[in-house]
Amino acid sequence: MPMEEQMHSFEPKIIAFVCTWCTYAGADLAGTSRMQYPANVRVLKFPCTGRIDPVFILKAFQQGADGVLVSGCHPGDCHYIAGNFHARRRFAVFRKLLEFVGVDLGRLQFSWVSAAEGGKWVEMVTDLTERVRGMGPMRDFEELALEEQWSGAITTPELQEAYDSI
Amino acid sequence: MSRIGVFICHCGENISRTVDVERVAALVGTLPGVAFSTDYKYMCSDPGQGLLKKAIQEQRLSHVVVAACSPRMHEKTFRKAVESAGLNPFLCEMANIREHCSWVHEDRDEATAKAVEIVGMMVERVKKNRVLPTITVPVTKRSLVIGGGIAGIQAALDIADAGHEVVLVEREPSIGGHMAQLSETFPTLDCSQCIMTPKMVDVANHPKITLYTYAEIEQVEGYIGNFQVTVRKKARSVDEDKCTGCGVCMTKCPQKKIPNTFDRNLGMRPAIYVPFPQAVPNTPVIDRENCTKFKTGKCGVCQKVCGPGAVDYEQEDQLIVEPVGAIVVATGFDLYSIEEKPKGSPIKGYGEFGHGKIPDVIDGMTFERLASASGPTGGKILRPSDGREPKQIVFIQCVGSRAREKGISYCSKICCMYTAKHTMLYHHKVHDGQAYVFFMDARTPGKSYDEFWRRSIEEEEAVYIRGMVSRLYQKGDKIVVMGSDIAVGVQVEIEADMVVLATAVQPQKGADTLAQKLGISYDKYHFYSEAHAKLRPVECATAGIYLAGACQGPKDIPDTVSQASAAAAKVMTLFAKDKLEREPIVARVREAGCVGCFYCQKVCPYGAVEEKEIRDRQGNLVKVVAYVNPGVCGGCGTCQATCPSKSVELDGYTDEQIVAMIEAL
Repeated sequence: MPMEEQMHSFEPKIIAFVCTWCTYAGADLAGTSRMQYPANVRVLKFPCTGRIDPVFILKAFQQGADGVLVSGCHPGDCHYIAGNFHARRRFAVFRKLLEFVGVDLGRLQFSWVSAAEGGKWVEMVTDLTERVRGMGPMRDFEELALEEQWSGAITTPELQEAYDSI
Repeated sequence: MSRIGVFICHCGENISRTVDVERVAALVGTLPGVAFSTDYKYMCSDPGQGLLKKAIQEQRLSHVVVAACSPRMHEKTFRKAVESAGLNPFLCEMANIREHCSWVHEDRDEATAKAVEIVGMMVERVKKNRVLPTITVPVTKRSLVIGGGIAGIQAALDIADAGHEVVLVEREPSIGGHMAQLSETFPTLDCSQCIMTPKMVDVANHPKITLYTYAEIEQVEGYIGNFQVTVRKKARSVDEDKCTGCGVCMTKCPQKKIPNTFDRNLGMRPAIYVPFPQAVPNTPVIDRENCTKFKTGKCGVCQKVCGPGAVDYEQEDQLIVEPVGAIVVATGFDLYSIEEKPKGSPIKGYGEFGHGKIPDVIDGMTFERLASASGPTGGKILRPSDGREPKQIVFIQCVGSRAREKGISYCSKICCMYTAKHTMLYHHKVHDGQAYVFFMDARTPGKSYDEFWRRSIEEEEAVYIRGMVSRLYQKGDKIVVMGSDIAVGVQVEIEADMVVLATAVQPQKGADTLAQKLGISYDKYHFYSEAHAKLRPVECATAGIYLAGACQGPKDIPDTVSQASAAAAKVMTLFAKDKLEREPIVARVREAGCVGCFYCQKVCPYGAVEEKEIRDRQGNLVKVVAYVNPGVCGGCGTCQATCPSKSVELDGYTDEQIVAMIEAL
């Protein structure tokens, strides 16, 4: 849902992919402790960081995210025994790839926040928001997003009509 | 087209104070697919749920989004409500606009805008939700209890008395835990051994309890109702079936100079030993590190004198697999030590108290052993250094506890009361002695607790000094205690014969390793975390695992016993049904797409992925694909993120759902 954009200052959009057992609970704790942090972050809950496909990160950037945060249980504390180890390995490789294609890695943060670390969550979200605010909007993916609009998806009634008449 | 109903909760004022809920309801109502949107004061209340059910039926809603608190709080509540209105519970999602929005932001416009986005994201997600059938799994009606202190014993006895089998695993050679070490217990001053040992015997004699002492948890697999636990039974070097407990081996053992850890190293024990005379089981164990036979190969006295031939030097560790349906964790506590901590440890020692090098500065548990009739001094309070009776004794409270600079900020809860008890025990045994207590605050909530504390001052003549001690040092055979009395505002110096420190309660060593094996969470001190601090205080967030006693946080005996019985009641509730409904968040393989690479099998932490052969009508093998056993799958989704052909999907967290959420932003 689009809201009025504040033109005078850039408000970055941060998307956080978190696991339900540690970081989501840590963010809940920040709430129950009434800590305060910037309202720029949107949280997507996953069962485990192991479920997070790197494609989701690309998708987030493509949809206009200016920063992405991935966070789960500390190594060794995974609710699913080893999901976060797979995630760690996967994202170690993925970071290299992103760097290679020219994404500033300052926009991407990986971290471990446990269910007891409400304060760490606040600190991390605040830091990332401020860092990305300083870096400015993420433009690299906008062209890509435009291209996809023309990739054959039927988006207008005219197209639909033409398609149906074949 | 979906007909989605969106319900925005005010949560009293918790949400509506910072989020304009009416505006959110109005804006969200314009989203494609949303047929109905409203706001209400308390969605989780009975009328709130009634409103939800009525709307589902009257508006013929196909999906529901409740924007309220965290799904960790009320997802179950609303899914149940949705189910009772005739919808599949998995067609209901929660948007967290309290913990993640109203409580963490102050600006009303910002918070409202964020709430609209959060709800919009969940609306897009719920459109892609599918009907999921509940999965039922069988329940193994046996329980594992880890830890044989008072918590574990109480839980094991309660569960076993209800008629269910219990496997009790204890790390030490005997059950009993810390309570067996205590002399007397507050607030009634009854002897700890007298109330503890009958319970220990009950455990040993109970037909439904299998007891493994000198054993540890090696591995835990499975999930609620169906755990497979591997227990490592360490080599005792004594055959428990043959041993009669006569004790001849212990009297004849030539190596008798080993510090007795049960007596806090005050007494000595032989290399083949039982920790204390009332041990259960009363079967000795050979301490292989200190036994001459194991060190040099010579000796073998115990084997020669053993009538039944129970001593077995060749015995090896045994791995035993036990299927259980529920696990009670009752691993208890350990005491903080003032000794110098290794570099890098977040908890610091007390250099100002001599780092534990002054022999007559002891901790509370050592004092318990001195005061205990079965202790190394036969119940006489004597100085460890020279065996004299201390005439001036100083107790210092909050050593480690409530000391952020030492790395621990919590209150250890039991020290105020046990120090009051210590002053009484001391006064009963040393009539001409004087006890001083340095304290910050006296925290004595509990039935008959404050009366007990007052008694130590009014009747037992303990002198309480409000203030902390800055330094302890040896001067001749005295210990100089330098402190302050903040009530009067003067410096105090006492020449004491003995100093007793009420050191902080900490979790057992290795608590974190065990938590990792069990897959349960713990806080920064390694106390185990309960699922909800107020409403689910004995359950872990991991289903089927329950907590009892001081492993969750400092607790006294009455609280520990209550929690152990509560954990047992939770286990019995689980065992009351033959089948258990589990969340259908499991992975499924799309066989048409699967190429049989089995990367999923390699990453699956549960071993849930099996091979399945696809054959044509003639019975010729077409291909081998992956199959996820829904009973074993834990639902982490690592397989889905790994699958190169995107042929495995985690129900409830499909790519479709997640991409829909990202696109909504």
